[in-house]
Amino acid sequence: MNANNSAPVCRAADGALSVRDVTKIYDPEGVHVVALEHCSLEIAAGEFVAVVGPSGCGKSTLLNIMAGFDYVTHGEILLDGAPLATPDTRPRPGSDRVVVFQQGALFPWKTVLENVTYGPVVQKQLDQSAAETKAREMLARVGLSNIEKSYPGQLSSGMQRRVEIIRALINDPKVLLLDEPFRAMDTVTKSASHEYLLELYNATGKTIFFITHDLEEAIFLADKVAVMTTRPGHIKLAISVDLPRPRNYRMLASQEFLRLKSQLVEAVHEEAVKAFQAGEREMA
Amino acid sequence: MAVMRKASLATRINQKLASKSFWRGVTAVIGFFGLWQVSSMGALPFMSAIPTPVEVAQAFWKLLFEPKYWAGWRDSGQRVFFGFAAAQILGIPLGLGTGWKRNFNHLTFPVFELLRPIPPLAWVPVSILFWPTNELSIAFITFIGAFFTIVVNVLGGVGSIKKELVYSAISFGASPSQVFWRVVLPATIPSIATGMMVGIGITWNVVIAAEMIAGNTGLGRLTWEAYLAGYTPGIIVGMISIGLAGYVSSGLVKWVSELLMPWKRIF
Amino acid sequence: MQTALILIALAALILGLAAWRIQGQARLYEVGFGRQLATTLSSKSFQLTLAGFVIFVGLWWVTVSLLKLPWFNRLPGPLEVVGEWLSPTPTFGISIYTKDYYTHIFYSTYRATAAFLLATLLGIPFGLLMGWNKKFYDYSLPLVELIRPIPPLAWVPLAILVLPGSEPAVIFVTFLVAFFVTTLNTLLGVESIDDNYFRAAKCLGASNKDILFDVVVPGALPFIFTGLQISMGASWFSLVAGEMIAAQYGLGFLIWDSYSVIAYPVIFIGMATLGIIGWASSALVRVVGRRLMAWREAELSGGARAEV
Repeated sequence: MNANNSAPVCRAADGALSVRDVTKIYDPEGVHVVALEHCSLEIAAGEFVAVVGPSGCGKSTLLNIMAGFDYVTHGEILLDGAPLATPDTRPRPGSDRVVVFQQGALFPWKTVLENVTYGPVVQKQLDQSAAETKAREMLARVGLSNIEKSYPGQLSSGMQRRVEIIRALINDPKVLLLDEPFRAMDTVTKSASHEYLLELYNATGKTIFFITHDLEEAIFLADKVAVMTTRPGHIKLAISVDLPRPRNYRMLASQEFLRLKSQLVEAVHEEAVKAFQAGEREMA
Repeated sequence: MAVMRKASLATRINQKLASKSFWRGVTAVIGFFGLWQVSSMGALPFMSAIPTPVEVAQAFWKLLFEPKYWAGWRDSGQRVFFGFAAAQILGIPLGLGTGWKRNFNHLTFPVFELLRPIPPLAWVPVSILFWPTNELSIAFITFIGAFFTIVVNVLGGVGSIKKELVYSAISFGASPSQVFWRVVLPATIPSIATGMMVGIGITWNVVIAAEMIAGNTGLGRLTWEAYLAGYTPGIIVGMISIGLAGYVSSGLVKWVSELLMPWKRIF
Repeated sequence: MQTALILIALAALILGLAAWRIQGQARLYEVGFGRQLATTLSSKSFQLTLAGFVIFVGLWWVTVSLLKLPWFNRLPGPLEVVGEWLSPTPTFGISIYTKDYYTHIFYSTYRATAAFLLATLLGIPFGLLMGWNKKFYDYSLPLVELIRPIPPLAWVPLAILVLPGSEPAVIFVTFLVAFFVTTLNTLLGVESIDDNYFRAAKCLGASNKDILFDVVVPGALPFIFTGLQISMGASWFSLVAGEMIAAQYGLGFLIWDSYSVIAYPVIFIGMATLGIIGWASSALVRVVGRRLMAWREAELSGGARAEV
């Protein structure tokens, strides 16, 4: 809420991701689907990168591979120079790259506090009471002090997503992977969520990989916006956003913002038309 | 992912043969019959009363040529069919009525709820007392088995119809009766189908027990007679036949419900 | 005597219904019981419900006792049944004052409980294992599918032959139904868990064992309890049949035996008792389920859920 008095971004020392010539082919029941092809993208440590593109273009596939939910078919992904995903390594999710999911994946059967402390406790990094102290502190930072005993089902979607981001950050990950976390939110909740996320980003300086198809959201939040092509997906264009940090809502009307937006609109529209036509061909 | 094209049959068969799960399943089934054979041959003491799969297969083969066996299929099948059909004919309208008309619901549903917890087979003596023939009384018990299930499912189906569907029909100028016939009824078909699927299973269960308790004919009776005669292969052949009969009738119900719901069909 | 009985029964029916309605209603603000009773008694829906019961019992009485219609005249009327049920000196030896009545109830309850508990104890772990371990699933599912289509009651003769005596046989067939219902619902429950919960747990560093206890078990719980309710109903269903075919005591036996010895009102007493116990046992499972799933209650009641 108070983006103006935040500390300047402290760039993290690690969390650099390097996607090199990644191809991903799905082959369920004899259907050959090329989801990603020759996809390359560099993400510096502490950089906030947003990826936009038409639905079904492979954005989530890329995120799932980074998270360790899926194999790559060719190519590799490096995290701080070490191989994270290659065709020969078994994918392994880990608390150094935590995902926040589109529909939300807070455990509905655990209270907010139990959810947030889950990571550190299950990894035996902190004991229950230390984890709770830390969790309370972090929840308070995003204005969620009085809900620790609530179940996720009792919270609004905005609060749920904040809790989920805290549940990820409490593990001190190198990278935060956000898969359209603010989709299906109303405008007010969404912009509030943006400010909370930016504040957390400013405070922690984590590398963030953010998927969305909302261009304004991408420009407003990220240091770099990458446009993915329709399937088979690769990064067609990556634009640096030079808006100063901390960001505030007035920037949404600035010249620079509008210039970036029009540039992205062109690129994305072209892909959307292609995706739409491809979809119709497949239906026929 | 956009729409996926379904692979050809040949590819699918090839994939099945290449899949680990398929061969695990085959192993399990072969292992089951193997263990059964070995243990019945004397490896396990309490299994010695049970005939081996080979003996069962022989008995089955012999029975296939006996008219009495097929008469059993026919009689049980008839009882299931009539009981089940009557349950649908009475149960679907009752379910729709209690779901759609609030006053009708208040009038009938509590009585219905009072009778529902009584297990269907507890009706056997009353049914025999009441109905003049044995055939009718068994059909009545099968009816009871399927009736409560279908009513509960239809009622739930009506309750879960989206309000928007009804409102949009009304805003297009549909009369109450049109809303009922064009919206409520089709929207309830999936629940009717579920109710029928569950109901047909219960019906076979009920018919078998009723035949054992009070029947003269039918697959349940044949199994029971095999027991009385101490002819164990006959008991197991009876069980398998009953299983097959249940399987076939579930398949039929599924086929019919897919015909009724073209929008849910999977190609 | 007869008139008094009718009046008492009617009054009990009305009050019972009203109490049932009141406890079922969501209470928005505190009102005295008398006030609530008055509102309920004067509401149209309650009067309709009452009318439904009166018509039901009335039709029974008119067709059986008053007009003695053909077919119906073989059945006992409502007054005979209630009179016998409540009589300290029952004509046929079974009423709420006799020891035999409770012996039958005890046997049935004991068998149903034993079978249900055994099925729960074995079925839930079996279903969880099927849902959690792909290999186990691959091996066990074909066997389950092979055996399941055989209606449990078709097992009765074989069970009597193999197991020592009819008592374990009756419990076994009851167990069998409940077991399949519980196992398959548990499996369905595990399959219903959104993949993202598994992924989230892995991201947060959970081991396979952690996932079993923190994701699989709680995530499957709603389906497990639905399964247990169905399993309870199915237990009573096959227990009655088993008792009719092969037991010495129990309500199923009582019903069938009363038919053989022409003690017709007792048949109805047995049926009604089965209905009451069956209903109560399902209600018990439901209450336990609610206790264990507080999170779900919270979710269903909405709380501060503002947007989707």
